[in-house]
Amino acid sequence: MAVVHFDAVQKVYPNGFEAVKPASFYIEDGEFVVLVGPSGCGKSTMLRMIAGLEEISNGVLQIGDRVVNDIDPADRDIAMVFQNYALYPHMSVRNNIGYGLKNRAVPRDVIAAKVDEAAKMLNLSDYLDRKPSQLSGGQRQRVAMGRAIVRDPALFLFDEPLSNLDAKLRNQMRIEIKALQRRLGVTSVYVTHDQVEAMTMADRIIVMNGGVIEQIGTPSEIYQSPASTFVASFMGAPPMNLLEVTRADTGLRLADQILPLDLPDTGAELILGIRPEDIIPDPNGPFSIMVDIVEELGAHRLLHGRLGDQSVTVHVPKDYTVAEGVLRFAMPIEVLSFFDAASGQRVSR
Amino acid sequence: MTATLKPRKRLRLSTVMDHIVLTLGALFMLVPMLMVLQLSTVPDAEIIQRGPSLHIGDQLDDNFVKAMFEASGFSGKNTGVSMLMNSFILGIGFAVGKIILGMMAAYAIVYFRLRFATLAFWAIFTTLLLPLEVRILPSYEIVQSLGMLNTYQGLIIPLIASATATFFFRQFFMSVPEELVEAARIDGAGPVKFFIDILVPLSRTMIAAMFIIMFVYGWNQYLWPTMITTEEDMYTLVRGIKQIIQVFEGTNLPEYGRGNLLALIAVIPPVLIVVFFQSWFVKGLTESDK
Ligand SMILES: Nc1ncnc2c1ncn2[C@@H]1O[C@H](COP(=O)(O)OP(=O)(O)OP(=O)(O)O)[C@@H](O)[C@H]1O
Ligand SMILES: [Mg+2]
Repeated sequence: MAVVHFDAVQKVYPNGFEAVKPASFYIEDGEFVVLVGPSGCGKSTMLRMIAGLEEISNGVLQIGDRVVNDIDPADRDIAMVFQNYALYPHMSVRNNIGYGLKNRAVPRDVIAAKVDEAAKMLNLSDYLDRKPSQLSGGQRQRVAMGRAIVRDPALFLFDEPLSNLDAKLRNQMRIEIKALQRRLGVTSVYVTHDQVEAMTMADRIIVMNGGVIEQIGTPSEIYQSPASTFVASFMGAPPMNLLEVTRADTGLRLADQILPLDLPDTGAELILGIRPEDIIPDPNGPFSIMVDIVEELGAHRLLHGRLGDQSVTVHVPKDYTVAEGVLRFAMPIEVLSFFDAASGQRVSR
Repeated sequence: MTATLKPRKRLRLSTVMDHIVLTLGALFMLVPMLMVLQLSTVPDAEIIQRGPSLHIGDQLDDNFVKAMFEASGFSGKNTGVSMLMNSFILGIGFAVGKIILGMMAAYAIVYFRLRFATLAFWAIFTTLLLPLEVRILPSYEIVQSLGMLNTYQGLIIPLIASATATFFFRQFFMSVPEELVEAARIDGAGPVKFFIDILVPLSRTMIAAMFIIMFVYGWNQYLWPTMITTEEDMYTLVRGIKQIIQVFEGTNLPEYGRGNLLALIAVIPPVLIVVFFQSWFVKGLTESDK
């Protein structure tokens, strides 16, 4: 178990591409951190630098109290679970799980005991003598997990481990991984582009975009107070509504209404952010939207419409009957977020 | 009407054609062999008089004993058994040497960030244009100056540098997923362990295929063994048969029957190797899941 400390860690690939801009942050002991962001934003690069599979161009990376910049992956006391499982096809499940221990000259009976224990934990006991090709996707994923946990590493690294599984199995494995991590208490870094995985599994989420860390925070912080318009639109399905507002003498003008808000006037244009479920339908509300499409999702409905000329999504419970047409609503002032229109950064109120 | 309605097996034209083609091919390959077999059952004089015929003589066991256990030269050392032995050593040494060397060269080229790795690879590749026959004089010169004439090393080592094997193993290694390499690195497998524990077992189908090709190739070598081995106890089969048929002493006929039988015997080991490794090869192909 270990803390991980990034100090201005940067990655420039040999072709000159800066995949990770200097990043500094700290991962607590036993914490489950999820790295999330769109494709190509540098998540894997970040993880692979922790693993030692990718050289660190600049900055200092510490795992525990060791600077690991120049330490070999095998000696970093980490274990990694890969997207395509990366099981050794010619070895039995037993040997796959035990291979890392065998290479570290662990006595044979200790390996056997540890493999059995891990297999029991992962419900793999019946499959120990099979080859990976004789397993289902979920079982292979478990073997990859087993290979990580028998080593008792200080740090687990996951690179999109569930992306090859079908939706149902993914939900199940998500819960299993999280429970396992809780139980073992091993610090973990988990890369995904699935925001549901990020929200449900993480103690803290790191949102990346274009090699830059946009925000680090607990799932609720990320959800409630996104640090930028990027985070606001990336996290949450459907994403936060982002509406242009203009300043008026008495507050902010949205469509034909004035929000009585007193924001420090920096002269910048502002964007208002509100989650679809924070918009409250109210026949006497001050705002109105033209609903174009009603999306039926079973547990709830999504209304897609326009507020003036800006599109808006509203989330309503399933027992709330709606029709297309005009919908009046209210917005509780406390839940609104504001962003600088030029930089996209959050403006504090 | 009873419920047993069997679908009628229709003899399709394409099936018939396939079988005709295959049968013709098989006959084309087998008939010469059978002719040789027939010729090794009749007395040598009859071969000269009548040539191939349908007459099965009684000389087979006689010829067999002569072919296997009787020396044909002066030293009395080049019996069929010893030539068979030498051919095996050449074939296996040749194949194993080529595989080991080719794998290691490919490993270096694919997995290590060498400067000029690509250049090195293409340099190796262009040696395909320089087969042994082209460089036979310098090769002989070197072997001779190293004092390796009439030795197994001299027979095998100059032949085992192989662009073909290097090329095939390189292609294969490049298809091994990068993740596997990384997983092994994290599992603490250094370069040697990775090679032996992961890459070699993964390559087993490739190795089997290479072994078949290279063994047969080595077994059939003629020119090089003829140059390198002057002592009769080093003769290989392919070279030795020639000698048996060549010897014309006075009024004695060449020992055709004996030579023919030895030629047949020389065909058997490559066939066995192909049959044996083929099953391995197919098994490997169907089992792997990459
Ligand atoms: N070896 C390399 N050389 C140059 N650029 C690279 C290299 N590897 C990755 N990149 C670039 O670095 C950026 C980040 O790549 P990375 O693999 O970290 O993305 P990612 O966030 O994991 O994306 P995904 O979700 O698709 O896996 C990408 O734009 C990619 O093109
Ligand atoms: Mg990635």
